[in-house]
Amino acid sequence: MGNKQTIFTDEQLDAYQDCTFFTRKEILRLHGRYHEMAPNIVPMDYTQDPDVKLPIQLIINMPELKENPFKERIVEAFSEDGEGNLSFNDFVDMFSVLSEMAPRELKAIYAFKIYDFNTDNFICKSDLEKTLNKLTREELTAEEITLVCEKVIEEADMDGDGKLAFADFENMISKAPDFLSTFHIRI
Amino acid sequence: NKNGEEADLEEDAEVPRQKRTAKKKSHKMNDSDGESEAEEGASGKKKGDKKASIKDQKEAENKEKQTNKKEKEQNKKRKKNPSESSSSSSASNSSDEESLSEEELARLMEQVEEKKKLISTMRNKPWRMMKKLALLREAQAFVEKFEGALGKGKGKKFYAYKMMMAKKWVKFKRDFDNFKTQCIPWEMKIKEVESHFGSSVASYFIFLRWMYGVNLVLFGLIFGLVIIPEILMGMPYGSIPRKTVPRAEQATAMDFSVLWDFEGYIKYSAVFYGYYNNQRTIGWLKYRLPMAYFMVGVSVFGYSLMVVIRSMARNANESTGDGDDNNFTFSWKMFTSWDYLIGNPETADNKFASITTSFKESIVDEQESNKDENIHLRRFLRVLANVLIICCLCGSGYLIYFVVKRSQNFSKMQNIGWYERNEVEIVMSLLGMFCPPLFETIAALEDYHPRIGLKWQLGRIFALFLGNLYTFLLALMDDVNEKLTEEVAIKNITYWTLFSYYNSSAVNNSDVTPPPLDPADVPRGPCWETTVGIEFVRLTVSDILVTYVTILVGDFIRACFVRFVNYCWCWDLEAGFPSYAEFDISGNVLGLIFNQGMIWMGSFYAPGLVGINVLRLLTSMYFQCWAVMTSNVPHERVFKASKSNNFYMGLLLLILFLSLLPVAYTIMSLPPSFDCGPFSGKKKMFDVIQETIKQDFPLFVAKIFSYVANPGLIIPAVLLMVLAIYYLNAVAEAYQHANTELKKKMQMQREEEKNKRNNKATTNSAMQDLEDLLVPSAKSMSQPKPTEEENKSDSTKRNSPAKKEGNMARNSNTTNSGRGDMQAPPPSVTITRPPRPSLRASHHKQPKSVTYQPGPYPGMGRGKP
Repeated sequence: MGNKQTIFTDEQLDAYQDCTFFTRKEILRLHGRYHEMAPNIVPMDYTQDPDVKLPIQLIINMPELKENPFKERIVEAFSEDGEGNLSFNDFVDMFSVLSEMAPRELKAIYAFKIYDFNTDNFICKSDLEKTLNKLTREELTAEEITLVCEKVIEEADMDGDGKLAFADFENMISKAPDFLSTFHIRI
Repeated sequence: NKNGEEADLEEDAEVPRQKRTAKKKSHKMNDSDGESEAEEGASGKKKGDKKASIKDQKEAENKEKQTNKKEKEQNKKRKKNPSESSSSSSASNSSDEESLSEEELARLMEQVEEKKKLISTMRNKPWRMMKKLALLREAQAFVEKFEGALGKGKGKKFYAYKMMMAKKWVKFKRDFDNFKTQCIPWEMKIKEVESHFGSSVASYFIFLRWMYGVNLVLFGLIFGLVIIPEILMGMPYGSIPRKTVPRAEQATAMDFSVLWDFEGYIKYSAVFYGYYNNQRTIGWLKYRLPMAYFMVGVSVFGYSLMVVIRSMARNANESTGDGDDNNFTFSWKMFTSWDYLIGNPETADNKFASITTSFKESIVDEQESNKDENIHLRRFLRVLANVLIICCLCGSGYLIYFVVKRSQNFSKMQNIGWYERNEVEIVMSLLGMFCPPLFETIAALEDYHPRIGLKWQLGRIFALFLGNLYTFLLALMDDVNEKLTEEVAIKNITYWTLFSYYNSSAVNNSDVTPPPLDPADVPRGPCWETTVGIEFVRLTVSDILVTYVTILVGDFIRACFVRFVNYCWCWDLEAGFPSYAEFDISGNVLGLIFNQGMIWMGSFYAPGLVGINVLRLLTSMYFQCWAVMTSNVPHERVFKASKSNNFYMGLLLLILFLSLLPVAYTIMSLPPSFDCGPFSGKKKMFDVIQETIKQDFPLFVAKIFSYVANPGLIIPAVLLMVLAIYYLNAVAEAYQHANTELKKKMQMQREEEKNKRNNKATTNSAMQDLEDLLVPSAKSMSQPKPTEEENKSDSTKRNSPAKKEGNMARNSNTTNSGRGDMQAPPPSVTITRPPRPSLRASHHKQPKSVTYQPGPYPGMGRGKP
């Protein structure tokens, strides 16, 4: 923005503003962030839609994500190939969903994806255990972990199949008071 | 042909949408009908983790369903499909036929609207960005193309114009929003703090910013309507006695020590009440300053009340959305406790620790929900703690009263030291500094849950501050009463001095008009209003200083010491005793609230006080942001910001009300000083309104006013208001009652649903068992998950015995649950006995989980049933 070089055309910026919750300035800033992670790979000029992807190792070292216990899952959930390589579009998408303005339903969908570690479209016990271990840095004993996981499933599992489908998850998360304020990254 | 292309595009777009709906439906299905869900689960199990094939199957299922016409969405889509295809054909027709029938036109219009809706809700769709962009482009092109074609002749032009304006309006709104977000002050700063310390600390800064905004408005009111007119149009300094420093004080009036006490030139400036003249109108504008002064004083309170209540109502509206449902304690902890905003390793460490402890707490709560070891001892300790704290509060109150009394004696004496002059401020600051930690120590006796303990602590500190404030006010009141009696005497002296001065000059040389008496020599009354104003300004300034010094010494110097002396010390300073300071959110917020109370109380008698406060808030924004970032570590005990926000607002409202009382009392019942301030010479301050009405309004207004002010009218009005409040309250209560009823019903329904599902699932599990028995080998091959590759080999090895175990367990279970089914067919029966089915559920869940995850718990199936 400082130098007079155009990064996006006006149409591109408008399109991004239509597709995300960001303002023009924020999109340019996001591009700046994306660019500075790998200055020699990412071009400054995005008017031609270059096909550039950054590997997961670069993304999860961003200060916004670095401390997050679910950082790999977040990046994987938003990457188009599922491996964690993010194009700029995915990158913008990620922060748009995690932004303050994103609605609860949208956030819930991606939260489900994030917590579904083995990508089988269910949050099953192993997913819960992984979540719990990441949250507590494995400081709970095995019995405590089993107890908590059982309690979670008992609370949220509506159809009694021993794992959480998206409907269960959405039902549970839609009532959570802190979900919107915590599932939120500022950039 | 362009239209043909369009139609093609249309179809292209249709494909991904179909996919999406299919996906969504698969979620929907899970909850809508358990049968297909279980079936799908079974099929999914069979296929292990081959996702693609599952998807294929799902799509196939969906197609099946499409024919079935089962779901709403389906219907909608079907409706959409023919319309779309026909309309695209119609669009292609339009080029050769040139005329559109009404029906087609309407359809096209509908379609355009749909596309527009899609454009506006694009950002809410959980699609990949590429797809979003492509769809957006396509939809925009469609809208662009066809919205012009709608309507004919005149209507067409008008329609196009309307569309253009709408587009412009959207663009303008977007630009304006961009501009607005840029105008929010300190957004980046707060974001930075938030990302390091989590949302709870940021909430303090957001509160501070809000307060700054409110104060800025108050400042604008007071400065724009009172101080600036007075400076521009009022009589200049030195023209009349109230605007001149008395001769006795003139020698030292410019000394810093005098100015620091807000005496000397500052006391006789527009900052304080006494400077204003009681001229009815000033300047060429005929500005009614006394009237304006009074109205501004009232509207400061009015505006503040309005703002506080409005934001409280907004907060309440927001918070009603998330009810306090206790059904999901563990789930919420699991999925919403991590604050994604955290970006600082120390904060993250703390958060990990706090999450672990909260989990442990919940586990303990769960395991022994009601343990009562020695309830008598605890009760005794709580009572003892409360007694101790009440003693502390009384003691501090008395101490302040004592000190204020003493300072009144000091003020009469000459050449007193610095300590004597500032004793009140020092004692109050010390109390404010040492009592909260003392309370915290005492509160350790009570052994409350930390959240409840924090509320108690806040309440006690609030009571301490409030007690101090009110004792201070009472002492000030004594002072004022003394001044009032003193004033009566001085009034006579002033009168006689002036009288004799003019008389004597008249006698001596009658033909020369005497030079008027120098305003500095006229004897003055004590002007209690200015004294009160000075008292508040002093208190505010000393509060600012104490706060800043505390931050500097308690946080910054301490942090420096810990950081740099740590290299050569015998124990670890950072982890051990002094450590770094935490950011004290509750203390800071309370400090802010009380400071605001001071401002509200003092602003009537010292209009300049708001200016000082604006400066204070501005500097403390930068200073505290800096101090937090450099020298604080985040809280160990997490203080939920979103919930307690209204708690702060409630305290603010209480303080506002309490600070309104003394001001209203002084305005309504004390006579203003005779020789200073805008209301001098009147019996009561509010006489200025009656005067204005009488002299400047037509007669009938005065009549109406006198009728309205009649007690006969006021009392019924008050009664009416009380009744209205009562009625509204009752209505609100009824709603609340209905709400809880509904909640209960929902809960029951949920249980019922769960039970139903359980029953179904158990019958299905019987089917599954059959299937399991039929093809055991095929399944065990596909079971291990790709993510657990290290477990793969040994899990497959262990698989078959665990499975057998599980199958056996399940077999025994199915017989059990089968009996359960026969016993409790109607759902109402199952509701009345909630624990049974859930027990059953956990039972039959156990073996199933074994079959899913052979890796981690091979022994579970064996151990539990």
